[in-house]
Amino acid sequence: MITAFSLFLFAIGIFFFFTATVGLLRMPDFYCRMQATGKGDTMGAFLTVTALALYNLHYGFTLSAVLVSLKIMFIAVFIFVANPTATHAIAKAGMDCGFEPWTRERRAE
Amino acid sequence: MRYIIVFILLFAHWVIWSGMLDAFHLALGVISCGIVTFMSHDLLFKRERITSQLLTESIRFLFYIPWLMYQIILSNIHVAKIVLNPSLPIDPKFVWYKSRLKKDIALTTFSNSITLTPGTITTDIVDGQYYVHCLDQKVADDLMGGAMERKIAHVFEED
Repeated sequence: MITAFSLFLFAIGIFFFFTATVGLLRMPDFYCRMQATGKGDTMGAFLTVTALALYNLHYGFTLSAVLVSLKIMFIAVFIFVANPTATHAIAKAGMDCGFEPWTRERRAE
Repeated sequence: MRYIIVFILLFAHWVIWSGMLDAFHLALGVISCGIVTFMSHDLLFKRERITSQLLTESIRFLFYIPWLMYQIILSNIHVAKIVLNPSLPIDPKFVWYKSRLKKDIALTTFSNSITLTPGTITTDIVDGQYYVHCLDQKVADDLMGGAMERKIAHVFEED
C-alpha cells in the first residue's frame, strides 16, 4: 500500500520535473525560463523526496526508519527555503545586468 | 527560560540528526548543545520579544504552510498547462505590488511565498513595494487579490 502510494507520488514528481524541463526549452527569455525551472523543481523535488521518505517506511515503522524519513523530509524543507531565495537572486542578478524582459507587444513589432 | 527553550530545540535536532541513542553520543550532545546555548542563546529569539507572541506566530505559521502548499499545487498545475500547451499562452510582465507589511520576517516570508508560487518571482523590494515578474495575467490577478498577504499579516499579527 505504502509502496504503491509512494510510486504514485514519485510519478507526479517526475511529471513536474518534466514540465519544468519542457518549460526551460520552450520559454522565450531569461525570466520566463526562471519561472519554469525554479517552480517546477520545487514541486517535483518535494513530491519525489516525500515519496522516498514514505518508501523508506515500507519495511515497518521502526525508530531508525522514522528518523531517516525525518531527515529526508528535512531536505524538502531546505529546498523550500533555498529554492525561492536562489531564484530571486538569479532573477535580481539578471535585472541588474539589464536583461530586457520578453513581452507580447515587443514580439508583435 | 529562553536558555531552556533554545537548549531543547538544539537537543531535539541533535537527536534527529545523530540517530545514536546510546549514553556516549547523548552526553556529547548535551555538552555541545549546552555550549552553543550558552554562547548564542540570544540569536534565535530577540530579547524584546514576548514568548507567548512567538508561540502564536509559530502555531499560525504551521497552519499557513498547508494553505501555501495548496496554492503551490494549484498554480503548479496552471504553469504545467501553459508549458504543455502547444501555443504557449504566456503574457509575461513586471508588476509593482504595494505591500502593507512592516516586519522584516513578514516581508521575507511574503517574498519567498511569492517566488515559491509558480508564475511569480519577486525580483526586488523597494520601500515595501514588490517588483514581481508574472508569467501571465491570471497569476498577476491572483497576486493582486492580496489573499496571501492577508494570510501573512495574520500570521505575524499585523492585521
